[in-house]
Amino acid sequence: MTAALILEQLLNGLQLGMTLFLMSAGLTLVFGVMGLINLAHGSLYMIGAFCCAWITGLTDSFILGLLAGFCGAAIAGLIIEVLVIRRLYKRDHLDQVLATFALILIISEGTSWIFGPSPLYLSIPPWLSGSIPLFGGGSYPVYRLLIIIIGLLIAFGLYLLITKTRLGMRIRAGESDREMIAALGVDIRTIYTLVFSLGAALAGLAGALVSTLYSVEVGMGEPVLILALVVIVIGGIGSVKGALVASILVGLVDTLGRVFLPNILSLFINNDDVATLSASLASVLVYILMAFILAVRPQGLFSIHD
Amino acid sequence: MKAFSNSKGLLSTSISALLISFSASVAADTTKIGMITTLSGGGSSLGKDVRDGFQLALKMSDNKDVELLIEDDGRKPAKAVQIADKFIQKDKVDILTGIIFSNLAMAVIPSAVKKDVIYISPNAGPSALAGKGCHKNSFNVAWQNDNLHEAMGNYANSAGHKNTYIIAPNYPAGKDALTGYKRLYKGKVAGEVYTKLGQKDYAVEISKIKASGADSVFFFLPGGMGIAFMKQYSQSGSTIPVMGPAFSFDQGILQAVGAAAMGVKNSSQWNKDLDNEANKTFVAAYQKEYSRLPSLYASQGYDAANLILSALKKAPASDKDAFRVALKAADFASPRGDFKFGNNNFPIQDIYVREVIKEGDIFTNKIISKGLENHQDAYAKDCAL
Repeated sequence: MTAALILEQLLNGLQLGMTLFLMSAGLTLVFGVMGLINLAHGSLYMIGAFCCAWITGLTDSFILGLLAGFCGAAIAGLIIEVLVIRRLYKRDHLDQVLATFALILIISEGTSWIFGPSPLYLSIPPWLSGSIPLFGGGSYPVYRLLIIIIGLLIAFGLYLLITKTRLGMRIRAGESDREMIAALGVDIRTIYTLVFSLGAALAGLAGALVSTLYSVEVGMGEPVLILALVVIVIGGIGSVKGALVASILVGLVDTLGRVFLPNILSLFINNDDVATLSASLASVLVYILMAFILAVRPQGLFSIHD
Repeated sequence: MKAFSNSKGLLSTSISALLISFSASVAADTTKIGMITTLSGGGSSLGKDVRDGFQLALKMSDNKDVELLIEDDGRKPAKAVQIADKFIQKDKVDILTGIIFSNLAMAVIPSAVKKDVIYISPNAGPSALAGKGCHKNSFNVAWQNDNLHEAMGNYANSAGHKNTYIIAPNYPAGKDALTGYKRLYKGKVAGEVYTKLGQKDYAVEISKIKASGADSVFFFLPGGMGIAFMKQYSQSGSTIPVMGPAFSFDQGILQAVGAAAMGVKNSSQWNKDLDNEANKTFVAAYQKEYSRLPSLYASQGYDAANLILSALKKAPASDKDAFRVALKAADFASPRGDFKFGNNNFPIQDIYVREVIKEGDIFTNKIISKGLENHQDAYAKDCAL
């Protein structure tokens, strides 16, 4: 195994991690600030991907498509928050799970009504296709590098927003004591709406970014949602820093598991089953990691309520 | 508009389903066929093609005493089992058909055929049902899973490939695929990888392929998986040539993949340029009805319906013994040319090597050689039929 291959696979892991970060940042904020479990977060990811595919198809501009994915999901988030989510803050988690699960079904069915049940496919614009050389003779697709860069920029932006701005201060205050900040005269409802649609927009951006790599189809959000939930459990619920670290960790573990497990297993077992066995094991590695971290540190790596 | 026609379709299906359950006792000679197929999600293009080919054959036939019930399995085994139970117990169908994916086929077919329902497979042909697990009620009108891959393994020898990287999803047909490729292939295997069924991101596998030193890549990734793989592969800058069975380069996939697939070799039991009357009729009728080129899945759906119609001419589906004999005779003109069943009710047929070309604005395949002649699967000898 050459250094070039390892570097390439590390980048693959980082890219997966960045996609997961965009998904889980919103999810963890919504959970941390409002105490709300939002299963429909995956649907917002799907809305972002469909908006991107739709607008790119209409205008032939992928930049506009990305923007549409971001804004479309933000608007959808705004509407969902005002119509449904707002009524759920005071309810217990079971009601929230039930209501947001209903949202998944409604949004999925609605999307297949509008766009049909067939997946949509989007090509990478020519100026972003191709790959650039890496050290040691490898190469890496430009588009995947772009995803990594956007992810890092968003992470930095969120850091600035939360630590340096008044809104960020209120969000942090909301996380530690909801009643107090409301008592101090801050309009907590507006903050809730803003946070929810910001999270939705980030999920939408993630969906829009992967729309050129994968197929855009109904139900694409749920597998990612499950991984995003794993990320926020590992990272510590409510912590954006935790979400970033855990996303990269999950991305790397999943990727490197798929890379190295066949080699490791073939040291112990020597028959034809290695390929299938390592494929099965690699797909559960992330959950083993989660179980391990839960056992050692049940509050997650960076809990905000330490 | 699309939503409207969908809901209309749904409505008319449910109405016809209702009508059937009321009229069952009146029209005893009506043959009921239950189709369980994948119409939503990443594998939906396959199911739609099978359905459309099947319905086309019914429409072209003068036998109007056939009722077709269609349900979407969403590529979920549990859902397929549920639909099969409903079809068998409530709708009392004579024949089941339609399943695309082998993991669903394994969940449904063995128990269905034991309940004395005839199953006609228009696609999935897992090895477990071709050897010891063969059954007199289970017919496959497409191929045994290994077949097209065997043809590619054979082709790789003649093309001078000596070190192939092979990749398939981790489910029964994926294992059959790689076993099939290796059966006739004489070179080395640079790497053998199973991915998750429905996986969308192949970055890890593609990086491994590039670093493996392979001189060729053989991949079996049907439906949306193949589209994602080919798109990502072409972006990766890899120059190692790819090849695969027709499933990785069928008519539905090619339009989404585009120029990245030009010149790629793949194996199929059917292609639209096969020179026989049945094929010309089929391709023309399909294009007229659906305004698109048929895929191999469509031809398989078409064959499944024509096989049933040909048997119904000789015996009613209620007379199981006579009907089975009539099915086994395979007395219909298949667009693929010569077709007959082996002892295990799987096809014995020619398999061709095709190349991806561009005709006008449309990417499609043309036949370049015959890969295997009168080919029968390797499991038939274990079948007691």
